Amino acid sequence: MIPQFTATDFFVLKPILLLSLFGCGILILDFLIKDPRMRWWNAMTALLGEIMTGVAIWQHQQDLGGAAIQGLGGAIVVDGFSVFFNWLFLGAASLAILISVTYLEIEGEHRGEYYALMLFAQAGMAAMAQGYELVTLFIGLELMALSFYVLVGFLRDEKRANEAAIKYVLLGAFSSGVLVYGFSILYGISGSTDLRQIAAAVAQREPTDPVMILALVTLSVGLFFKISAVPFHMWAPDAYEGAPTPITAYLSVASKAASFALMLRIFLVPLWSARELWIPALAVVALASMTLGNIAALTQSNMKRLIAYSSISHAGYMLLGLVAANETGLQGIAVYLFVYMFMNFGVLTVVAAMRREGQPAEEVDDLSGLMARHPGYAILMLIFMLSLAGIPPTAGFLGKYYIFLGLIEAGHYLLAVAGALYVAVAAYYYFRIVRAIFLSDAADPPTFHLSRGVKLATVASGVLTLLIFFYPEPILSLAADSVLLALR
Amino acid sequence: MKQHILSIIWLTPLVGMLLLLFIPKENKQLIRLFANIVGALGMAVCLPLVFWFDNSIADFQFVERASWIPSLGVEYYLGIDGVALLLIVLTALIGFLSIWCSWNAIQERTKEYYAFLLFLQAGMMGVFMALDLFLFYVFWEVMLVPMYFIIGIWGSARRTYAAIKFFLYTLAGSVLMLLAMLTLYFLHFQQFNEYSFALEDLMRTTIDPTTQIWLFWGFFFAFAIKVPMFPFHTWLPDAHTEAPTAGSVILAGVLLKMGLYGLFRFSFPLLPGAAADDSTVEILAALSIIAIIYGALVSLMQKDWKKLVAYSSVSHLGFCTLGLIALNPAGVSGGMLQGINHGLSTPLLFLAVGIMYERRHTREIAEYGGLATRMPVYAALFGIAVFASAGIPGLNGFIGEFAILRGAFEKDPYWAAFAVVGIVLGVAYLLWLFQRIMLGSITNPKNETVPDLSPREILIMLPLVAGCFWIGLYPKPFFDLLEKPAAKLVERVQPGYFERAGIPNPLDKAKQVAELTKE
Repeated sequence: MIPQFTATDFFVLKPILLLSLFGCGILILDFLIKDPRMRWWNAMTALLGEIMTGVAIWQHQQDLGGAAIQGLGGAIVVDGFSVFFNWLFLGAASLAILISVTYLEIEGEHRGEYYALMLFAQAGMAAMAQGYELVTLFIGLELMALSFYVLVGFLRDEKRANEAAIKYVLLGAFSSGVLVYGFSILYGISGSTDLRQIAAAVAQREPTDPVMILALVTLSVGLFFKISAVPFHMWAPDAYEGAPTPITAYLSVASKAASFALMLRIFLVPLWSARELWIPALAVVALASMTLGNIAALTQSNMKRLIAYSSISHAGYMLLGLVAANETGLQGIAVYLFVYMFMNFGVLTVVAAMRREGQPAEEVDDLSGLMARHPGYAILMLIFMLSLAGIPPTAGFLGKYYIFLGLIEAGHYLLAVAGALYVAVAAYYYFRIVRAIFLSDAADPPTFHLSRGVKLATVASGVLTLLIFFYPEPILSLAADSVLLALR
Repeated sequence: MKQHILSIIWLTPLVGMLLLLFIPKENKQLIRLFANIVGALGMAVCLPLVFWFDNSIADFQFVERASWIPSLGVEYYLGIDGVALLLIVLTALIGFLSIWCSWNAIQERTKEYYAFLLFLQAGMMGVFMALDLFLFYVFWEVMLVPMYFIIGIWGSARRTYAAIKFFLYTLAGSVLMLLAMLTLYFLHFQQFNEYSFALEDLMRTTIDPTTQIWLFWGFFFAFAIKVPMFPFHTWLPDAHTEAPTAGSVILAGVLLKMGLYGLFRFSFPLLPGAAADDSTVEILAALSIIAIIYGALVSLMQKDWKKLVAYSSVSHLGFCTLGLIALNPAGVSGGMLQGINHGLSTPLLFLAVGIMYERRHTREIAEYGGLATRMPVYAALFGIAVFASAGIPGLNGFIGEFAILRGAFEKDPYWAAFAVVGIVLGVAYLLWLFQRIMLGSITNPKNETVPDLSPREILIMLPLVAGCFWIGLYPKPFFDLLEKPAAKLVERVQPGYFERAGIPNPLDKAKQVAELTKE
């Protein structure tokens, strides 16, 4: 029987197809734009693509009646989980596009490929969230990773960008290799690439089976690289620092979320029966990530590096949700990733707007005296910092709330205490930034390039960071739906 | 109006702050005036509470309850009893006075300053009203941020250090409290299969004694750091000394009371088993006694006027916690009343320091001497503050200390014996301070020309002085307000206490009144 490409397949694939289509469209459009000042049409096209994708995701959400919709013979699905993550990718990509235009214009690298690659990366992420089969998942991962390799090194004349891209490519390729090795073991165990059949085969095996341990180790290592968890985090600070700042934000939010989506699918479906084996290992990695991330961030003077180390510690917190391995904890990962998007984008947007003599100004000290010059942005930064630290009344608190509650429900009290005390450590370096903004004066302040896109992105991030705290119900129910299906 | 009075009280300063943001920052005089009006208004909206509060009811009053985050069971749930009423009125008064006393002291970044003060005011009010633990935690944390800025921007030389120390210390305590709250919340869910953070719901949860003790320490860190109890007090001298006068006044007047209030409202009632546990009680009592004596001894050694007052707070709050931990009616109401007393007399002392600092720009005690001859009004008011703090009969401190000693003696005579040593030391360092600053002849020529208090300064101090005398001479209305909440706590921790002791239970009376009115 020759499988037919049905309407359902099309429906399920729609976001991925639309993103790829618009990505290719931008490549052609860019060719037609003669006047370099009209390049912002590329960004507008990309935003249009996001809107169309948004409609497709919305349709997914509407048609989802509790059960997953399967397409391409079950290789790709629509469920609450994929809808949730697709929304997240959409938000991150839109924010990144908004803040990219001015940044690229100043850097003199305003090209269509940039937006095309962003959409391709997003298509890859969508495949990672929707895939239910190893090959699809891996193709999605590689599509995302390859796009990011280019994007990180997009400022070709920058030494730092080149170094970052090389590091990221080498380590990324290595980690993908390790991960795909793990995939091959799973295939070897089950004779299938379908996650359900792998799960059935894995459940037959003892968790202490050497093959299982090997599969677990390789899969974990590959995924730890992708989410930048200790001890596989070394690429993150360099890649974050060297990449164009909008890409730093996109990478730190969307790529991390997509990698978490992949991780959750693999750990919750095929490896669920071996959870007694991976929970302690994840606990150690999570603790190490929080420890190293927080302690290394204490002494950073570059904002992007500081955010990189802080994102390592945030990855640790999110992993704790998987350690809890209950509904609350997993819901916590989803909520955490979602709110993390707004606060991280907010901070990096402000950083991206700062320039001194045409060069990016990225030091913590460059924020000194922001309150005197741009009080609105200073207050927004305060909101982002409180949210990153997890202090109410900001959305960041809700993420921590779920993670802690999940740990308590699972009886991991010591991990909860450790996570809670690291909140105070993290508050120290976030408040170094607050101190610079509110308590210090600047001798030589950088100029701010506040385009409409930057203003919109920052204000939207700030408003949402507060709004999600005061009215979290929609996000919480979306996250709750995502979790139910992840747990089958 | 009556149903929403609590919301109005905490929202008034917040709305005032938002309106303040629209005034251009160059217009400093208008900003000052506006902030003072909002402060006065904040006090005015508290007045109806005093008249409407029905002291014959033992339950929470002016209750407002609405669902906030249904899927987490979080509610917007406010209500007050006698203790909260006193603290809210105190907060309104202190909040207004701290705004007023900053009129000349704050010339830089005036707009931000008043915005933070008003924001802080809203947070503090919320803490004393919230009956939902999630809501309480939000108010509790929100308050930290403006205080950080008030110390960090307008403080003296080591302000950034003091500000971050205050912030991190308190934050570390609060996150542990958060974990304890979440554990309680989960235990309640397990038993009743519904999510709720409401105080009365969580009080219904049955918890085994070991868990209770763990949870108790979880809450304890947050509250002990805030009080502050020995050995968690080290942030206090820095924060109090470096903060601007208004910041010190609020810290001493209101913020420290929050720890006390937290123990009273949450720790003990939620975890009565832990509070009845002998070793817990003994540890807390020991820490309180150490705080009393250590705080007093350190105060004796201080050369810095403001630091001396700061350390005296450690000692005085030790009395409050000692009374509270005695867990009998006299001790609990004495401890809470002493909290109010401290909230009246210590702000007076800080205002006095601030007034001299504005004139002389030094806090060294040795720089002063013989001020009484130049500034008789100031000397008189400062003298009252000192006497009130030292617990001289006729002033409020005496009443509070007496009640605490009675409670402590009933629990364990040794506690009372140690506390008396603290009182003697307290009299010593306070009177010695007064002597070094006020008495004798002027030795430092710079003090020859300092002017006496301006009418504004006198007016700021008068309400506090009046409060000191009121409680000192006629404390009955205050004890009446504290009686039922204290009885409720004692009955919760030691069921049947009143029957055993042969004292009439004020709660029974309240019940009879309620039945009579029903008929």
